[in-house]
Amino acid sequence: MIHIRIALGAAVLAAMGACTSPDRLGGGDTVDLNNQAGLGAEIGPVETGTAEYFSNSVGDRVLFAVDQSTLSPEAQGVLAAQAAWLIDNRDFNAKIEGHADEQGTRVYNFNLGEKRANAVREYLISQGVAPGRLSTISYGKERPIEICSEEACYAKNRRAVTVIAAGLTS
Amino acid sequence: MRRLFTLTLSLALAALSLPVAAQSPGPLRIEITEGVIEPLPFALPQFVAENAGAEAMAAQISQLIAADLVGTGLFREIPRDAFISTVTSFSSPVQYSDWKAINAQALVTGAVGTTSDGRVTVKFRLFDVFAEAQLGDGLQFAASQASWRRMAHKVADAVYSRITGEEGYFDSRVVFVSASGPKNARRTRLAIMDYDGANLQFLTDSASLVLAPRISPKGDRVLYTSYETGAPRIHVLDVGTTQRRVLEQESGAMSVGPSFTPDGGRVVYSLAKGGNSDIYELAIATGTVRQLTSGPAIETAPSVSPDGQFIVFESDRSGTQQLYVMPAGGGEATRISFGPGRYGAPVWSPRGDLIAFVKQNKGRFHIGVMRTDGSEERLLTASFLDESPTWSPNGRVIMFTRETQGPTGAPALYSVDISGRNLRRVPTEGPASDPAWSPLLP
Repeated sequence: MIHIRIALGAAVLAAMGACTSPDRLGGGDTVDLNNQAGLGAEIGPVETGTAEYFSNSVGDRVLFAVDQSTLSPEAQGVLAAQAAWLIDNRDFNAKIEGHADEQGTRVYNFNLGEKRANAVREYLISQGVAPGRLSTISYGKERPIEICSEEACYAKNRRAVTVIAAGLTS
Repeated sequence: MRRLFTLTLSLALAALSLPVAAQSPGPLRIEITEGVIEPLPFALPQFVAENAGAEAMAAQISQLIAADLVGTGLFREIPRDAFISTVTSFSSPVQYSDWKAINAQALVTGAVGTTSDGRVTVKFRLFDVFAEAQLGDGLQFAASQASWRRMAHKVADAVYSRITGEEGYFDSRVVFVSASGPKNARRTRLAIMDYDGANLQFLTDSASLVLAPRISPKGDRVLYTSYETGAPRIHVLDVGTTQRRVLEQESGAMSVGPSFTPDGGRVVYSLAKGGNSDIYELAIATGTVRQLTSGPAIETAPSVSPDGQFIVFESDRSGTQQLYVMPAGGGEATRISFGPGRYGAPVWSPRGDLIAFVKQNKGRFHIGVMRTDGSEERLLTASFLDESPTWSPNGRVIMFTRETQGPTGAPALYSVDISGRNLRRVPTEGPASDPAWSPLLP
């Protein structure tokens, strides 16, 4: 499904995503919507019903404090946008991946990742997404995206990522 | 003397008839206690080759026996160039004065023979030099040449056992997670090797993430978590055939942290669903599942006491990870960890007397042990990241994962004895984590 929206609206969501997932921006093929928003001028069709749009512009992830699975106000903002997108794009289902940083024992971190993924799932449900469209998986500390052993990296690894797929059932 | 060697699979044994002067342990004795000890000096002349073709095998076996003993930190090998006596025949009498002169408290002599059909026989005797007496009966093992390392380990186990009064641990294997690739794209596969890193064999390919294996009380099966089916599920794998199957598959849940009950018939593990993790037990034969804990906290990493009566596990019900003990059937749990920091990954000692754990405090990780009521906590290691302890079959040594820091950080296996001495890296080909030590092999 393809939605045509004005780029300005999308840019607001992109900025929201940028707050929590700066590592996802700056990819070579990403449209720089922030600049467009700054100019406030260019208005045109944007294909919003794609996985790329979801991860780059809506924001596909939220971050957590050490040992926590509670959602910050910022995370709730991202998830509200995710929920709105999922409600608009009913062909897609989502699998939420929970992750932990490396500070912690393997099995505990696995369970913590599950808790984080579930917190996201429940928030999306509270925003009106059908439960049957949302599954969860935990990777514990096994799949870091940042590899330094410092808080700057740990902060990005303590995450829940909403991975969308068309027609995914699980 | 000891019942150790009634266990015979491919290994035949026979007591050698010798005039036995002393069956009772003489002064040659190491008490494995907490204090610092001086390693006991022993002499191990190269075992006598009983036929022309046995020379190389005799050299290899002698070296490995000595390496096993020295590796414990309890023994020191006297270099052969210090020897006064030469041993050219297994049956010739021991010149005790020659061994006393170089301060060899123990003397191990032996002989190795090979046959044209690929068999090897090893026999040995242990002498208490200062008591001028043989310690225990001589023993003889026979096996195929491919099993020569096991025969050496069995001799070393017998020597260790006679001198310490403890069961040995050299003839044992370790299942672990072999890792490759960078930290953010790591591939893992299950592997098994001898306790000293030899005879590596991969049990799974690296197509799916695997973690936290545990080995059965007979050493024939492995429990582990694998993402092979998409979701993390507990699998059981037969070591001999490497056949594996999914053991637990409750829809919408993820299972992790399995371990066997002492009878090998059931599995305790934790099931995470709906943001909550609890401990369950599953009967392997029937698939019957029983929930053992309930409540909103993360309760995970269960380990059953060797008598089957209790389960130690970790829970963050108090706010941080701590250790608890409950009856094996579930019920009231008693917190046993109270020091600063957080405690996880508890493993009950095969002797039943201690619980090994991981402690995190002030940004450091420690492997520690405590009594089963939580008293006498002792930290054995400290590093950036130490975790996943597993016990040697005799409950005297702990193997664990140590992971290094930073972008190039990687895990490796280490061992340490329960007094905190003798920290050693266990040789593995590449990065390795999550060791699970087998019982002594039959």
